[in-house]
Amino acid sequence: MSDLFAARSQMAISLAFHILFAVVGIGMPLLMVVAERRWLATKDPIDLELAKRWSKGTAILFAVGAVSGTVLSFELGLLWPGFMELAGPLIGLPFSLEGFAFFTEAIFLGIYLYGWDRIPPRAHLLAGVMVAVSGAVSGIFVVLVNAWMNAPTGFELVNGAITNIDPIKALQSPAAFQQTLHMTLAAYAATGFAVAGIHALLLLREPMNTFHRRALAIALLVGAPAALLQPISGDISARNVARYQPAKLAAMEALFETRRSAPLLLGGWPDMETRTVRYGIEIPAGLSLLAAHDPDAEIAGLDQFPREDWPHVPTVHVAFQVMVGLGTAMALVALWVIWTVARRRQIAEHPLLLKALAVCAPFGFIAIEAGWTVTEVGRQPWVVHGVLRTADAVTPMPGLTYTLAGFTLLYVLLGIVVVWMLYSQIIKSPRDQDWHRIYSPAAATRPATEAR
Amino acid sequence: MPPLGLADLVAGAVVLGLTAYVLLAGADFGGGVWDLFASGPRREHQRSLIAHAIAPVWEANHVWLILVIVLLFTCFPPAFSRLTIALHVPLSLVLLGIVLRGSAFIFRSYAPEYSTEQRSWGRVFAIASLVTPVLLGVALGAIAAGQVNRPSGRGFVEDYLAPWASPFTASVGAFTLALFAFLAAVYLTVESRESDLQEDFRKRALAAGGAVFVTAFLTLLLAWRESPLVWHGLTASARAIPVHLVTGTAAILAFWGLWSRRYRVARVAPAAQVVGIVWGWALAQYPYILPPTLTLQDAAAPHITLKLVSIGLGVGAVVLLPSLWYLFRVFKR
Repeated sequence: MSDLFAARSQMAISLAFHILFAVVGIGMPLLMVVAERRWLATKDPIDLELAKRWSKGTAILFAVGAVSGTVLSFELGLLWPGFMELAGPLIGLPFSLEGFAFFTEAIFLGIYLYGWDRIPPRAHLLAGVMVAVSGAVSGIFVVLVNAWMNAPTGFELVNGAITNIDPIKALQSPAAFQQTLHMTLAAYAATGFAVAGIHALLLLREPMNTFHRRALAIALLVGAPAALLQPISGDISARNVARYQPAKLAAMEALFETRRSAPLLLGGWPDMETRTVRYGIEIPAGLSLLAAHDPDAEIAGLDQFPREDWPHVPTVHVAFQVMVGLGTAMALVALWVIWTVARRRQIAEHPLLLKALAVCAPFGFIAIEAGWTVTEVGRQPWVVHGVLRTADAVTPMPGLTYTLAGFTLLYVLLGIVVVWMLYSQIIKSPRDQDWHRIYSPAAATRPATEAR
Repeated sequence: MPPLGLADLVAGAVVLGLTAYVLLAGADFGGGVWDLFASGPRREHQRSLIAHAIAPVWEANHVWLILVIVLLFTCFPPAFSRLTIALHVPLSLVLLGIVLRGSAFIFRSYAPEYSTEQRSWGRVFAIASLVTPVLLGVALGAIAAGQVNRPSGRGFVEDYLAPWASPFTASVGAFTLALFAFLAAVYLTVESRESDLQEDFRKRALAAGGAVFVTAFLTLLLAWRESPLVWHGLTASARAIPVHLVTGTAAILAFWGLWSRRYRVARVAPAAQVVGIVWGWALAQYPYILPPTLTLQDAAAPHITLKLVSIGLGVGAVVLLPSLWYLFRVFKR
């Protein structure tokens, strides 16, 4: 394995691992806050139990997210010193602001988790709100950096060197709005659907369990609207990519030749050697319609770009299909949920819908991984689009295969442990003695000493 | 000496961040060390005191390191790139330690009480807490010794192992570990409500204080033999000498406080000692960020970046400082 490929793999694994926890860190605090707000209003002990269980899960996931995020901040230099030396002064500003947002998140999460009986209930809820807001804001700052890598702005390029930089302009990359919107919605949709799916599965076993019913309702309150809005944000994204990163769009659609009335390709396996696609279904003029909102529009194919500037087309195309497919499924199920609620039917008494929700549980997270694959692999061979090649940014250190092996092993083990912890600590239905505790008057009026 | 500029200001913020990291996160690592060395009849009490002291704050304390890294790559990009190339191996190991320490701590908190699972995670947490500070110290030692340079292309050993593998950096590693353990033991004397437990940590603090003294002396001795750059900075830099005096005074006060069981004094004095050590080192190598060749001025990012980051730091502080104050008021009165 070449060192460049090892470095890219290590970065990919680190990002793929971290993004799961980062997304939960954005989505879960909102669920906790909704449950706690309900508890303050209704004093229903089930809401308090939900807020506490969810905060337990968040504590585990946030800790792993915090340390794996630290790995990434170092890896920017450990693996890509050339990139950081060039881009640091331009994109450091959002990173610094992200540092403060992350600080706020960590501080108020500590207060939230361990402050149940130390601060007044209102202050406690407010701490939860701070966690939810700063989590979302820190996500937005990080995505702003990625938007700059995709559509860089705020500098002049003179003989390959970046000069006359403007870090404020760099924040306003043309990709900034669509990427931050798409990612923030994705975080809420993925978390909401994952939690809803888990409780839907448990409701199939115990349909009358009020605990799971309440959990499902709150999770869908967050997940369903986000999943429904995501296709609109996806449309904005696709048009933006068509305009500013045409090579990526061509790879996403496996469009080898520039065409008017370009068709939309469903499925299919692109062959980069013969420049053809096997087994795909074409929808006439579909791509032109989606990318330019005009059925006759000309869409640039990969033939417009030198062969060495192509990303790996099959990876990008398949990842894109996966993201769109799963996102569409989630949006349809969200519509179904809203339709059911609008007719005043109980979701919990609708086994088919519960099954659909259970199937969708991992969809949001898979779609996020696929989406980041599209963004990152689709930008190759560039690390900063049109400015710096990934191969020119990699560290001169040899033997990167070993660090790759080490971090892969670490993350696989951590992943297994986290899944086991979440299952045994949070997801399992409350046992008889738990129910007793939840409904005992003492627990209802005075929260237990700690959320642990 | 030229007047202080924006680069110096931002460099000051980096050192400030590092100071906070050592004072706060350093003590969290030290707590893990005392978890590993928990002994005697109150062994489990010691462990639970440590866990309670660390739990609400360790993640916030950890963020200081991220702030330091971000400021480095934003404001001094060539320095960051040299550091991450030459110190790739120890920094990767530090990361491994950080990940294992943090995750094992949280896994232990949520594992079933008194299970083998819980004990095993406790072990991982404690061992990672012991190893990580040593590696961190080794990396800092390599910077101070002027070993962080562009790779020469002479081979893996010369470029990627030799810069940080020396008796001097090893002794800085040991010194860092002793310092973190010292801080933790001193803070824990204030945290404990029972006098027996307080006494346990007082003894540990005195022992760790002795270790700080021995490793500091060893580091100085090795600097004199191996690293003239550090030796000169520590002994002959006019800027650093007053700071060293403060450090020495604080060290004596810390011992006196511990000896006479004045724990509030004993908490402030070691903190002052740490501030003195970090700033003494920083001032000794000023104006170099990576001695002996790269100065702050040469490594600094364009003026506009430094200006915006300074503004960002100001705005961030307005959010951060009251939040931190609230966190510590709730948990660390």
